[in-house]
Amino acid sequence: MSFSITLTVNGAARSIVLEDARVTLLDLLRERLDLTGAKKGCDRGQCGACTVLIDGVRVNACLALAVSHDGASITTIEGLAEGDALHPVQAAFLEYDGFQCGFCTPGQILSAVGLIQEGQTGGDPERVREGMSGNLCRCGAYAGITQAVLAAHTAITGPDVLPGRQLAEDAA
Amino acid sequence: MPERQRHGASIGQPLTRRDGHAKITGAARYSADFRPEGLAHAVMAVSAVARGRVTHLDVAAAEAHPGVIAVMTPENAPKLAKSPDLKDNPFAFRLDLLQNDGVRYANQPIAVVVAETLEAATEGAALLAPRYESEAVSVALGAGEVFSPETIGAGSATDEGSGDIAAGMAAAETRIEATYDTAAQYHNALEPHSSVAEWDGDRLTLHTPTQALWIAKGRLAGLFGIPPENIHVVCHYLGGGFGSKGFVTAPQILGIMAAKLIGRPVKLVTRREQMFGPVGHRAATRQTLKLGATRDGTLTALDHHTLTLTSQHDDFVEPSGILSRHLYAAGAIATTHAVSRADIGTPIFMRAPGEASGSVAVESALDELALELDLDPLEIRLRNYAEVEPISHRPFSSKALRECYAQGAERFGWASRPRQPRQMRDADGLLVGWGLGTATYPAGMMQGEARATLRADGTGLIETAAQDMGQGAWTVLAQIGADGLGLPIDRIELRIGDSNLPNGGLAGGSTGTATSGTAVDNAAKGAIAALAELAVNDRASPLYGAGNAGVTAADGRLARRDDPARSESFGEILARAGRTSVEAKGQGQGDPAAQKTYAMHAHGAVYAEVKVDPDLGQIRVTRLVGAFAAGRIINPHLVRSQYYGGMIWGVSLALHEHAVLDPRSGRVMNGNLAEYHIPVNADVPSMEAILVEEHDPHVNPLGIKGVGEIGITGTAGAIANAVWHATGVRVRDIPITLDRLLG
Repeated sequence: MSFSITLTVNGAARSIVLEDARVTLLDLLRERLDLTGAKKGCDRGQCGACTVLIDGVRVNACLALAVSHDGASITTIEGLAEGDALHPVQAAFLEYDGFQCGFCTPGQILSAVGLIQEGQTGGDPERVREGMSGNLCRCGAYAGITQAVLAAHTAITGPDVLPGRQLAEDAA
Repeated sequence: MPERQRHGASIGQPLTRRDGHAKITGAARYSADFRPEGLAHAVMAVSAVARGRVTHLDVAAAEAHPGVIAVMTPENAPKLAKSPDLKDNPFAFRLDLLQNDGVRYANQPIAVVVAETLEAATEGAALLAPRYESEAVSVALGAGEVFSPETIGAGSATDEGSGDIAAGMAAAETRIEATYDTAAQYHNALEPHSSVAEWDGDRLTLHTPTQALWIAKGRLAGLFGIPPENIHVVCHYLGGGFGSKGFVTAPQILGIMAAKLIGRPVKLVTRREQMFGPVGHRAATRQTLKLGATRDGTLTALDHHTLTLTSQHDDFVEPSGILSRHLYAAGAIATTHAVSRADIGTPIFMRAPGEASGSVAVESALDELALELDLDPLEIRLRNYAEVEPISHRPFSSKALRECYAQGAERFGWASRPRQPRQMRDADGLLVGWGLGTATYPAGMMQGEARATLRADGTGLIETAAQDMGQGAWTVLAQIGADGLGLPIDRIELRIGDSNLPNGGLAGGSTGTATSGTAVDNAAKGAIAALAELAVNDRASPLYGAGNAGVTAADGRLARRDDPARSESFGEILARAGRTSVEAKGQGQGDPAAQKTYAMHAHGAVYAEVKVDPDLGQIRVTRLVGAFAAGRIINPHLVRSQYYGGMIWGVSLALHEHAVLDPRSGRVMNGNLAEYHIPVNADVPSMEAILVEEHDPHVNPLGIKGVGEIGITGTAGAIANAVWHATGVRVRDIPITLDRLLG
């Protein structure tokens, strides 16, 4: 039995026929659509390396069955920049060295894009850290990641709108 | 935006990563991202028992599953040219490659299912339903017969010391004795071990994550009985290694064997839960520290004994006592190691092997002694500052540890620390504690080689089979090459991560930049010398007669040292000589004479603040300040990231990582990333890394020490000491978790 679904992947409509209902969205992207930016670190939703946006919401692609997302719009790391113009989150990750080996980076960046869209953190580093804690980084690039997300947040939404919150890192 | 100051030359500039664009756009291809034509997928089945043998696999059920191509078991696995248990060099660790039905640890590979799709291979592996003949297991520290190993770590002496420990203890006015346990840890690089293997006759193309391309090539050539030059290993991007990818592991080789078996390219990716066994770990330790000191805190004796575990079938001994051989001056020093065997996968080098586990014990013990003597922790460390390396009495090639202590203390505000514990609270009533730890790691070098080419179009090419696993080789080797060739960095092409390039050594042991950087520097200087040779012997050149020593290279031009106005571009020199390029090779290795004369180490001081909930025992690190001196810093932007990463590993060692083994089954009970805790972003405090200036004329011509591992050392002990300072409770079972703090 085969399954036909339609996805919009990085802005392009894709008609996909799957011969197997067990295919996850992550394995569809990586093994069938040649979009290998999303990474498989644990395959059970514990590390976040596979984070993509489904209809603008950050999701662990390893826990999403492809057939259950018929009609969805998927954004992967390959589709984030507009031509040569990096997304502000990408640019900030480079500037603040928000990565080392780079393996978790596509997931971190998409998670950050989702986080900023969720609009719950403002410029509060504690809330950014909490909101980014579903994405593990074994190299320990968290300081740069937090700085990058804060900088990108400002670039995208303008100065902090949450009253009474400190913009800078807690300089205790 | 961070400062981006430039001084004209590349070395020392805080450049962003040259591989950064590929990594932030998803263009960087890691090993498992490759899909050669005709690719099949392989999935391992691993043992649920820790000792015994496999008596039955339902191969028929797996083979009957649609899409399954083959099931590889000891019955049909390709035979190897030599036994994977043959130890023909000290770093040939024994591997489980389906050559028999034996099981010697949980999660050992017992079969591989190859199928047209990943889904079919996964289902096929599940259908194997293995049955075992299992035996009683022993996995606890000290449960087996305890013996003295032949060597520890990478071939270091098991026991080493100086002076008379008994006399030193007898002369002491204050003594402490304490035993510290550290937990088993698993590297858990985010990128699983994998291979994409393609055979063409007896030639192999392999995408696999490795920290040492040439070592991998050599090991595989031996196992498959083919010349090393028949093996092409490609690994441009490595998703973390931390020691677990220093030597090629069984799962990676099983993928190659599966490709041979079916005559098609195969991809095998280890599942996360399968990484708790066959790809190495840091063994648990139990360390006993006996310290004796006079009333003023001067150490008369330092006795550091380590008990650890290795596997039943191989030898690797976590060298926790090594740092006590060069860190603190003491009247007498003894460092000894003992080990017992257990039914576990063989432990291996893991980021700061020995130094990480040893440091937390030594730094804790020193603070326990300081408490007895009513001394400030910084004071007791300065009192026992080693002016020369203890035991060997060699001078240090450089040692700016005093400056590290001072600059870190100043930045942290250490001077206002109350001597007694439980003296500080924050506005929310949380207990606040401050702790200090000394950081130390050897400045070693491996052997490597590089090739540098100057091309007529005014660009330079640097080639070496070095590896970037996140430390920044893609950037810093280009910086070194640019300065060596006298070119702006944007005119440097760098090729690394490919075994067809000259041997780049090992990205490990904090030796990568020192080794391959030295090779690149030497190669570049050789290429410039070859170019100068062309110019100074050419009457038409403004450099004619200058002599090699009288020429400098900068901005793509050679100039006379005595008259910089007389210069010529590289392109003009090559064109007139009728050449399209000049090239040279360079070596990177330590100078044996200097290494014999001097002790070579990087140092640092880490100051930690923790907050502890007095009712719940919850511990949070709230501030870390590390000051490190590690010779010449090629790129401060990336070096700071290395220190932060190491410091976070220190947080992890002190408070998080703890593999729990079931004593009955021998299985890791928390073998996944939800239950085996590593720090998440919210666990990581505000951090600062101070780069303390240090000039080292002896380690290598560039003055480079390594920075990849030192951050862990010092940090874990500083946190343990801060927890004591916050609470007055000394926990000697690491990691310090709230149950241990309240218990």
